[in-house]
Amino acid sequence: MSAVFNRVKEIIVEQLGVEPEEVKLEASFVDDLGADSLDIVELIMALEEEFDLQIPDEDAEKIRKVGEVIKYIEERK
Amino acid sequence: MPMVGEQKIRAGIVGLATYVPERVLTNSDLQKMVDTSDEWIVARTGIRERRVAAPEEATSDLAYQASVKALDDAGVKPDEIDLIITATNTPDMIFPATACLLQDRLGAKNAGAFDLLAGCTGFIYAVSVASQFIEAGNASTVLVVGSEVLTKIMNWQDRNTCVLFGDGAGAVVIRRVPGDRGILSSALGADGSGAYHLYMPGGGSRHPISAEVIEQGLQFTRMNGREVFKFAVRAMEEGSAKVLQRAGLSVSDIDFLIPHQANIRIIEHAAKKMNLPMDRVAVNVDRYGNTSTASIPLALEESLNSGKIKDGDIVIMVGFGAGLTWAGMLMKWYDYRR
Repeated sequence: MSAVFNRVKEIIVEQLGVEPEEVKLEASFVDDLGADSLDIVELIMALEEEFDLQIPDEDAEKIRKVGEVIKYIEERK
Repeated sequence: MPMVGEQKIRAGIVGLATYVPERVLTNSDLQKMVDTSDEWIVARTGIRERRVAAPEEATSDLAYQASVKALDDAGVKPDEIDLIITATNTPDMIFPATACLLQDRLGAKNAGAFDLLAGCTGFIYAVSVASQFIEAGNASTVLVVGSEVLTKIMNWQDRNTCVLFGDGAGAVVIRRVPGDRGILSSALGADGSGAYHLYMPGGGSRHPISAEVIEQGLQFTRMNGREVFKFAVRAMEEGSAKVLQRAGLSVSDIDFLIPHQANIRIIEHAAKKMNLPMDRVAVNVDRYGNTSTASIPLALEESLNSGKIKDGDIVIMVGFGAGLTWAGMLMKWYDYRR
């Protein structure tokens, strides 16, 4: 598991109040992790802070699964 | 800054009262009007019900009710008021100022009067302005009123906005307070690049009232909730950090938080950042929704009346709103009711 994955996992666990085991690459934020639209906004903001990134809305809207966030961050690091 | 002996002159709240219209509109009432649900509204916003002004009730009527009680709470007569500032987004008319209508009705014949427009942040902005007048020695008694009839500028077909807002008013009397009590610091901020995230386009000089403007629905409030939410979360952090720094205090010095009441999720986020348990945070968004400039005085009054704020407590007020604007204020509470 990559360092990015571990940091992202920690943020997801904290923001969504889920168990670390639930945070799998193929997990969907809405369907598997129970996030609503505001949870996702808060999550994106926490990730922007953690990785010193700007994630524009049009990109944020395309991110549905944990693996997609990791890929997005790794491509921009 | 005028000094008396070694003591800096500090302004503070010496009277406070609120008024809300009688009619309650619950989430289940709204379910019959637009495609929404109690569950959805509560989960996203924490709002369960809000007040709605009567058709004949305008902002100055609510402001008057709150002001009369606030003057009584302070033991101040209308002719002692030097200045009236009304913070509102929903004035009775575009001009003259609602503060002038209030001045006349109160019989505050020695007062200057103006309105202040800074979105939902207007109340903190107005108290900050009032405190400058007191500290500079240019006024002894200032009446600050946050008053709104927001339900009259909502599109009741737009479920993204109409469920959020409610009507109400809160008034405070600001005077010099003794000792080390009073307003310790304030900070005002704005980011006009976000002006179109929360706005009402019609009725001003850009889109004056016409049949066409009304047909396009420009007389109603428009909001990009996602952008406002992001701004709000950051503004609460920035606002609190700035006032703490200006007062030379840190987060651990805060005894009580009075946040603008727009959304429970934003309030909880701010409380978490300040390491405050929710019993030290004022919350009434569940019962009133977002009453814009009235939200902070409504929350402050409840906290005072329930004994949650005591003399000498460090109280922080933080808010955000259309503009976009944000503001923070720190007070060492002066228990004027003792």
